[in-house]
Amino acid sequence: MLSNLWLLFAIPAASATILLLSGKRALKWGPWLGVIAPAISFVLGLIMFFQLRDLNPRVTEQNLWSFIPVGDLQVSFGLMFDPLTAVFVLLITGVGSLIHLYAVGYMAHDERRVTFFGYFNLFITAMLLLVLGNNYVMLYLGWEGVGLASYLLISFWYTRPSAATAGKKAFIMNRVGDAGFILAIFLMFAYLNTVNYGQVFERVGSLSANTMLILGLLLLLGACGKSGQFPLQAWLPDAMEGPTPVSALIHAATMVTAGVYVIARSNPVFSANTTLQLIVVSVGTITLLLGCIIGCAKDDIKRVLAWSTVSQIGYMFLGVGLGGGAYALAIIHLLAHGFFKANMFLGAGSVMHGMKDQVDIRRFGALSKYMKITWLTFMMGWLAIIGIPPLSGYFTKEPIIAAAFERGDWTSWLFGWAALLGALLTAFYMTRLFVLTFHGPKRWTEGQHPHESPPVMWIPLVFLAIGSVVAGYLMHTSVVDWLNPVFAGVENVPEYEPVMPHWLISVLGVAFAVLGAGLAWAIFGRGTALEPEPAGVVVTAARNNLYTDAFNEVVFEKPGRWLTRALVYVDNKGVDGVVNGLAALVGGGSGRMRRLQTGFVRSYALSMLLGGVLVLGALLAVRLG
Amino acid sequence: MDKLKLPDMDYVALLPMLALFVAACLGVIIEALVPRRFRNIIQLVLSIVALAVAMFFVVKQSGEVVASKALTAGGAIMIDHAALFLQGALIVLGFVALLLFGERSLEFGGPFVAQAAVTVGSERDREQTGRELGSTETFPLALFSLSGMLLFVSANDLLTMFVALEVFSLPLYLLCALARRKRLLSQESALKYFLLGAYASAFFLFGVAMVYGFAKAVDFKAIHAEALLGEGNSLLLIIGLALLAIGLLFKVAAAPFHVWTPDVYQGAPTPVTAFMASCTKVAAFGGLLRVLYVGFDGLGWQFTPVLGAIAALTVLVGSILAVTQTDLKRLLAYSSVANAGYILIGVIAGQQLGLTSVLFYLVAYGFTVIAAFALISLVRDADGEATHLSRWAGLGARSPLYAGIFTFILLAFAGIPLTSGFIAKLSVFGAAIDGGQTWLVIIGVITSIILAFPYLRVVVMMWLSEPGESTPSVSIPGGLTSTALGIGTLATLVFGVVPGPLLDLAEKASSFVR
Amino acid sequence: MWSIVDGYLGSYAPLGLLALVGVLIVGGGFFANSLLRPRRPNAAAGKRDTYECGLDPVPGGWAQMQIRYYLYAYLYVLFAVEAVFLFPWAVVYLQAGLAVIAEMAIFVGVLALGLLYAWRKRALTWQ
Repeated sequence: MLSNLWLLFAIPAASATILLLSGKRALKWGPWLGVIAPAISFVLGLIMFFQLRDLNPRVTEQNLWSFIPVGDLQVSFGLMFDPLTAVFVLLITGVGSLIHLYAVGYMAHDERRVTFFGYFNLFITAMLLLVLGNNYVMLYLGWEGVGLASYLLISFWYTRPSAATAGKKAFIMNRVGDAGFILAIFLMFAYLNTVNYGQVFERVGSLSANTMLILGLLLLLGACGKSGQFPLQAWLPDAMEGPTPVSALIHAATMVTAGVYVIARSNPVFSANTTLQLIVVSVGTITLLLGCIIGCAKDDIKRVLAWSTVSQIGYMFLGVGLGGGAYALAIIHLLAHGFFKANMFLGAGSVMHGMKDQVDIRRFGALSKYMKITWLTFMMGWLAIIGIPPLSGYFTKEPIIAAAFERGDWTSWLFGWAALLGALLTAFYMTRLFVLTFHGPKRWTEGQHPHESPPVMWIPLVFLAIGSVVAGYLMHTSVVDWLNPVFAGVENVPEYEPVMPHWLISVLGVAFAVLGAGLAWAIFGRGTALEPEPAGVVVTAARNNLYTDAFNEVVFEKPGRWLTRALVYVDNKGVDGVVNGLAALVGGGSGRMRRLQTGFVRSYALSMLLGGVLVLGALLAVRLG
Repeated sequence: MDKLKLPDMDYVALLPMLALFVAACLGVIIEALVPRRFRNIIQLVLSIVALAVAMFFVVKQSGEVVASKALTAGGAIMIDHAALFLQGALIVLGFVALLLFGERSLEFGGPFVAQAAVTVGSERDREQTGRELGSTETFPLALFSLSGMLLFVSANDLLTMFVALEVFSLPLYLLCALARRKRLLSQESALKYFLLGAYASAFFLFGVAMVYGFAKAVDFKAIHAEALLGEGNSLLLIIGLALLAIGLLFKVAAAPFHVWTPDVYQGAPTPVTAFMASCTKVAAFGGLLRVLYVGFDGLGWQFTPVLGAIAALTVLVGSILAVTQTDLKRLLAYSSVANAGYILIGVIAGQQLGLTSVLFYLVAYGFTVIAAFALISLVRDADGEATHLSRWAGLGARSPLYAGIFTFILLAFAGIPLTSGFIAKLSVFGAAIDGGQTWLVIIGVITSIILAFPYLRVVVMMWLSEPGESTPSVSIPGGLTSTALGIGTLATLVFGVVPGPLLDLAEKASSFVR
Repeated sequence: MWSIVDGYLGSYAPLGLLALVGVLIVGGGFFANSLLRPRRPNAAAGKRDTYECGLDPVPGGWAQMQIRYYLYAYLYVLFAVEAVFLFPWAVVYLQAGLAVIAEMAIFVGVLALGLLYAWRKRALTWQ
């Protein structure tokens, strides 16, 4: 089976092709085809996973064909399957299948649902390519593929102006990141003469510290773009304009974790430079706090979850930035997050489904009585994310916080406490969300008749809820051991004693979670105002995304606009002058030369004769000259 | 009197040509004896069977090529790897083009006129346009032409080559005149093609005479030997080469011998245009390669600069003139001129790399151009095909699938990565740099940029303009056109993504036996 | 450069010279003419008529030929060329045996096929 890795992505690719080509003809069977394809990939992935377990060493590579053979640059269409890839494949296809199943119900009344499933399968294909590649170009191929699928799906309801704008925003911010990523690939080729993972990591030691730093920063820029990390976080919450299954699959469980994958995969690059690690850790910490704070102030159920995603990925970045054993911790948090965040997004979708697409949590309340299954499954997700033992979040988030306390110098205190503060805030805003949605008094708008969603929607919810509950416990030692060989070579990182005893950190973590949750319950247990009320500086700032959009505007957009204007000026006067001149020259030349094409055979024959004389004359001239 | 000695004939090696020729003769009998309404299907099946048989023997033969035994028919025909590759390419491309010939569902009676002799615009003409099935002589004509092309690429002496040239040209002249719609344009194109073709043939024949005057022989081995020896009047050789080159460059449509191309491509029935643009190009370049690399190898340094100038002129003329075209078939004609220039660059590059790139380019371009013309045959209104550019405005909204495919094909012409056009251009330019012809590559790249403009203008027209009143609908293609379109598009994609196998094949084929 | 005058083509040098002289004489004549003639000779009345004197021609300048003659001429040429091949063949076929006879049979057969086609298309009847 392991020799046929390509089957993993070929199946969803074939399904996507069929769906996109058949259009309305497939209204009946199309969605189910869309569900079956990732499910088959999941089964194949499981088989390969077990086969991989018996290999020693646990890695298999195959080059399907030579992809870009140009001079020194030999890029093959190569695939690799190792423990890291394996867990990603299972996450993508497993959670992906459940969300596809859910989408069958969620999209049942959409006319373009076949297209939707086509795009969805396209996404699965690209994401699998991303994690299966054995070189950075393959990674980039998948990277752009998931980007494409993501834009298509964000603006799936393209008739809504907000969806179209969100699509554009995502596109532009991702471009910034992608530019960094592709520069990193060029840099690798220029300095290391290869883009293959194995060879890059072998040769990376030969780079100077500065080159390494630049390479790492460029990769990080790419990772930040895709994963919605500071300062490229703004597109992710807007991406919630897409259908909810899209938010769950792409903008919570899988695609946005691609940045974490890149850093984890490139661990030899990142581990080799402490400055780089410090930057990654800082980005993670800033983002996690930013996400939490803004999440506290949002009223749109999907946006709260989106900011929480931003913040949780911040934790993962913190993890991969810490290096050493924390790589694996970040990955298991990523897996657990895949479960509980997908669970909560789908739960939010289920709530919206029952509440006529209402998204404002101020207009929910008391839904626990009407949507029992959604309520219970969402509760599992909520408890998991705030880190209540023994749910999954506890087993995956606590170790990262603990690891943040183990940096060995004063920064331990800084990052450790920041992570703990993040846990407190997470508990607060998630509880706010949960309480305002499912408890307290009804604050519905007129004419609401909430009801439970159909089984095709709640069955995936149940599975994901089970995952949210048990995944952490199941993974916290086994998967870490499973992954560690991938991060070999990081074992000889010096181990520092934590600045606080480990049990204390755990107790503090749980205590903060309970504290935050209790606080939120106390404030919002009786409901809240129907409209946002005027508030203090902090809340207003948080409601405005902590002015990060304004920050972007001032720091990037305005100078960008000035630069553009200046460039446009130069372009109009200088470059365009030349280009237009050239174009006019070509056009004019074309117009003039056209006249030679008179349509008369006699003039054609004459021109041929002239050509013949010229050829003859030239040959003779060469001969005699 | 001496005992008459018969030339040795390796009939197995000649079977591909013979199969096509016999099938064409059978086609003539069918035309004479079978009722009109059955002819199309019978002719189509017969042609496909003949092509399959020919392909079978080409493939079979390709495993058994031995340099010492490649020469046959009394030294007139050389079946070497290159010849077999070109023959295979011709058969496959011919097959795809013939599918378009047989299409009857787009228009009543198919793309060809029922009685070519009926005066245009007369009462009788209107009657036959509306009610009579198209002529099916096109199939035997195309098969005759193909058998000529097969002979042309494997001819080992100049006289055989000339005969083959005429055998494949004459049916093409006739085919051009057989359009069902816009018949005056079609007949005009046929007449022009015929007159200029005859003119170019005269050059070729005169060249043969000159070369004979030099070498006292017409087969390539003798010419090469004589040229190496350096005795004899080399002036005759140079003049002969120049005249031969004119005859061949006419067929490949290199400037300034391209003048017929736009008129003929525009006027000929679209399936015939597809056939010409793909197969004639392969055959003509095959012949040109053999003449230059087998017969006149020793003169390389003398003809390279001149050929280089012609290549540069060709890409410039093709690309610049494409900019102002308003008719799609004409636009593609100029694009085909420019592409001939790019292939010429590969020819000049020489060495195995150059030959490989040329062979690859020919096949890749052939598939793409057939797909392009297949698509043009789909966009129609009441008067037949709507080829004016303005009529394609907003097609993307009307039928996104076909507009998408056409966009893809245009991108392939423009040489965008992940299409065969990119790999083809890349390999040709790479070979040219390797062969020390960097200046040609620079011109090639510049003209590629110029050429991208007319292509992208079509793309913009299709997608960004609102469909107007006059935007024609896209006919749902019948099985034959969809197959041809599918094969062409798929080949464009596959050769762009996985060029390896075809490149390997071309590399194996890139050696001529002298 | 002068080497072209010798050798094979050198023998054509007098001919080339003669041609050159001819061109010079004709060109000189035209040049002298242009010095003497009126500026716009075509502007004179009646200049573009078919005949500048006598009767005006009545029908157009084109005369039509029956296209059917063309078909007959074509078929005639075809079989005349066939005969050109048949005569030398008739001299040698006895020496070479059956293969040569078969080959000529095929050649004639293919041509006969053409005749069959022309006959079935009623090209041989004068309508």
